[in-house]
Amino acid sequence: MAEPRDLGGRAASREPRCLGARRDEPHDLVVVGAGPAGMAAAATALDGGLRVFLVDSGPAPGGQFWRHPPDHAREGVPTEALPAEDLHHDLRTYRALRATLTAHERTGRLTLLLDHHVWTTAREADGFTVHAVDRSRAPEERAVVLRARALLVATGAYDRQLPFPGWDLPGVLTAGGLQALLKGGGVVAGRRVVLGGTGPFLLPVAAALAGRGAAVVAVCEAAAPSAWLRHPAPLLRNPAKWAEAAGYAVTLARHRIPVRTRTAIISAEGEGAEGERAEGEGRVAVVRTASLAADGTPLPGTERRIEADTVGVGWGFVPQLDLLLPLGCGLADAGDGTTAAAVDAGQRTTVPGLYAAGETCGVGGAALAMSEGRVAAVSVLTDLSAPGLPGTRRLAAERRTVARHRAFARALAQAHPLPPAWPAWLTDDTTVCRCEEVTAGAVRSVRADGSAAGHRQVKQLTRAGMGWCQGRMCGPAVHCLVAAREVPYTPAERLIATPVTLGALADSGEPTADHT
Amino acid sequence: MEVVILGAGIVGAACAFHAASAGLDVTVLDRGPVGAGTTSRGEGNILLSDKEPGPELELARLSRDLWDEAADELGPETFEFEAKGGLVVAGAPEGLAALHAFAARQAAADVRTELVDRVGEFEPHIAPGLPGGVHYPQDAQVQPVLAAAALLRAAVRRGARVRTGEAVAAVTGTGGRITGVRTADGVVLPADAVVNAAGTWGGEVGRRLGAPVEILPRRGFVLVTEPLPPMIRHKVYSADYVANVASSDEGLETSCVVEGTRAGIILIGASRERVGFDTAMNPAVVALLAAQACRLFPFLRDVHLIRAYRGFRPYCPDHLPVVGPDPRVPGVLHACGHEGAGIGLAPGTGALITAQMLGRPWRGADPAAHTGLLPERFLTTGGVPK
Repeated sequence: MAEPRDLGGRAASREPRCLGARRDEPHDLVVVGAGPAGMAAAATALDGGLRVFLVDSGPAPGGQFWRHPPDHAREGVPTEALPAEDLHHDLRTYRALRATLTAHERTGRLTLLLDHHVWTTAREADGFTVHAVDRSRAPEERAVVLRARALLVATGAYDRQLPFPGWDLPGVLTAGGLQALLKGGGVVAGRRVVLGGTGPFLLPVAAALAGRGAAVVAVCEAAAPSAWLRHPAPLLRNPAKWAEAAGYAVTLARHRIPVRTRTAIISAEGEGAEGERAEGEGRVAVVRTASLAADGTPLPGTERRIEADTVGVGWGFVPQLDLLLPLGCGLADAGDGTTAAAVDAGQRTTVPGLYAAGETCGVGGAALAMSEGRVAAVSVLTDLSAPGLPGTRRLAAERRTVARHRAFARALAQAHPLPPAWPAWLTDDTTVCRCEEVTAGAVRSVRADGSAAGHRQVKQLTRAGMGWCQGRMCGPAVHCLVAAREVPYTPAERLIATPVTLGALADSGEPTADHT
Repeated sequence: MEVVILGAGIVGAACAFHAASAGLDVTVLDRGPVGAGTTSRGEGNILLSDKEPGPELELARLSRDLWDEAADELGPETFEFEAKGGLVVAGAPEGLAALHAFAARQAAADVRTELVDRVGEFEPHIAPGLPGGVHYPQDAQVQPVLAAAALLRAAVRRGARVRTGEAVAAVTGTGGRITGVRTADGVVLPADAVVNAAGTWGGEVGRRLGAPVEILPRRGFVLVTEPLPPMIRHKVYSADYVANVASSDEGLETSCVVEGTRAGIILIGASRERVGFDTAMNPAVVALLAAQACRLFPFLRDVHLIRAYRGFRPYCPDHLPVVGPDPRVPGVLHACGHEGAGIGLAPGTGALITAQMLGRPWRGADPAAHTGLLPERFLTTGGVPK
């Protein structure tokens, strides 16, 4: 397990000395999100001569895809737990991007702002302001305002969760959460793990957990394997994806991990709760799975009881649109039950000066995200009349890559739909909104009396989605419970993209720091 | 008598509730769901404390009693009715003198007021050193969408119908009297009376009915914190809020109202901007509200803001609602322009509209007594808007 020594790059100093001053100067472009899309976009824009802010809430660049412990936290992480080749794909690309960014940081064209959480953005006469809080010295929180002519939002996506009885027990995580624990700190979350949901993302999580000693006792894939045969063309045009899948298949076979298709986790129970589900029961101990009919209804008599101390569930991902919606950005049906930013062939949104790349335009993976990032950056260079435009041939190739990967993502979504009848797994007392403890029964009853037309209305009437997570977790599920099947989930507009202390806001509005 | 109420916000719901209770045949028409407009964008204020003596305060006092009745009838839990009381504090001694004078005028108009020397005894977490304030025990709070939904459900139990659709024109008969409303999908709903309860969109609806009234939007932001254990007992606001409510200034005004709710969150309102229907986020407004709230309650500095929302208050040029029959189109009644007071004034408005349709008093609303809010005040002779 050869740990790439400079996964985090050489820029170990987290905050260059002149950062404060640089933050105050207007730049050409703000890129929000330093995952594959944002890094690729920033690198291209910088190479083209622009001054760029690259902002990320994490302590290190890389996003979820290249998530890794920050440089300064490495000492505390056991060596064998450090990010390794089997967790991170295409580290060569990461290192190359990182080297480009580091070089531009030295020249002063790039201002890299890590641990900066963007809470809102606003359009101004000459571009955008991006309002963030600097948490690099947490718990201290300092408000920061960045100004630039153009804004590129590459904030990625987050796990789509579907509730089931017992999903709120300790030990039940999202598949993405399990992987983030592995990547971020080498944490193997449990000893006996059951994974469930749909989509190929379950496979790398299973392989990585098994590779680190966890017993993955089952992977429950809701889709039927034959679903792929209906859309072979995009798959054939993306041989790299084949190779990747084959690699996981080998790993899963080596660890004798059973993959059960057309199967779902339909409930979980906690320790000592056999037959007596009580408040405050302990960590998850048992899951029940069932084979699914074509519409997702559990088939009677197919239930299995599996002992497990950890459950990872992944139903695909939801584009993170929080910064885009308040700017009035147009949306498009992403084809997987979600909506995404509507963009043209140059990744321009419907708002002048606003660009989007990566999973905000629909979930499709890191390679697509990077291509979109580069295409978006070229549009920014063009629109700002920057000198350093790359050749048209390279751009055309990049756009072809985008088209090929988009087609693949659409085929993937069609092969791995949400089982339409998943709400059949819920009992009326299953919690749907964990923050506000709203049950499926409460949501169903406002739907039944006709007063709730969508998840926004359900929120007003039941408080589902009003708590700490603001419906990021329960929104897609509540949507499925009340909306027509063909209507994709559009998140509620959130003017505050991340919680921020009133004190930090108060100080930002009062430069004289008058706290009296 | 067939009544079509345009708008299923809090005012339309209250009109439907009272009209159906009085035995009228009611249809409520809205293009969207219940309370989806300005109703869902406010704090749920039922305030007497911010009102000057005059026709609006008269309606507010009636409305306050009718909120009590609605809570008795429908259950206070149904819409989180809470008679928590308001505390208005002065920031400086000269402000306190003005506040006391204001409160004395309100007391003369039968508002219950109590002068408070030590505001810390009312609100233990309030900033130290404030010179004093006035306690208004009648100020109260509801969750407005739940309230609109509850009133509408009660109206439906009394025979009212709710339809989704958009009114596009009035159908008139002899003497220009209204006989129905035409909807966007071509349906004509027969009506002897049509109530314009379209809130901020009341100006447009009035135009479509041939009875234009000037209703303009005034944008406001409300901030919502993370849930906390109870820290703030009343609706607390600084005395300059009163001045801002009544102000006609074009620019931004903020004077924060801070209060806890049953869900544990703290609501911080309320900015006022005249920017048309511009929905853009204004980070400067959020920062200003945050700063004012932290000055009133210093512990808020460490509390997280998790949400903000904004809406458009419907206001008339003289900042009074327009409630009553339109003299130009017989059968049209206006019930809009309540600005930031629509929740508080809704039941009174519903009762007054019902009384006007009946031609006799209804639940304490007397058409002969409440004349200060009639549409006539905007019209020159001949019916042209002033």
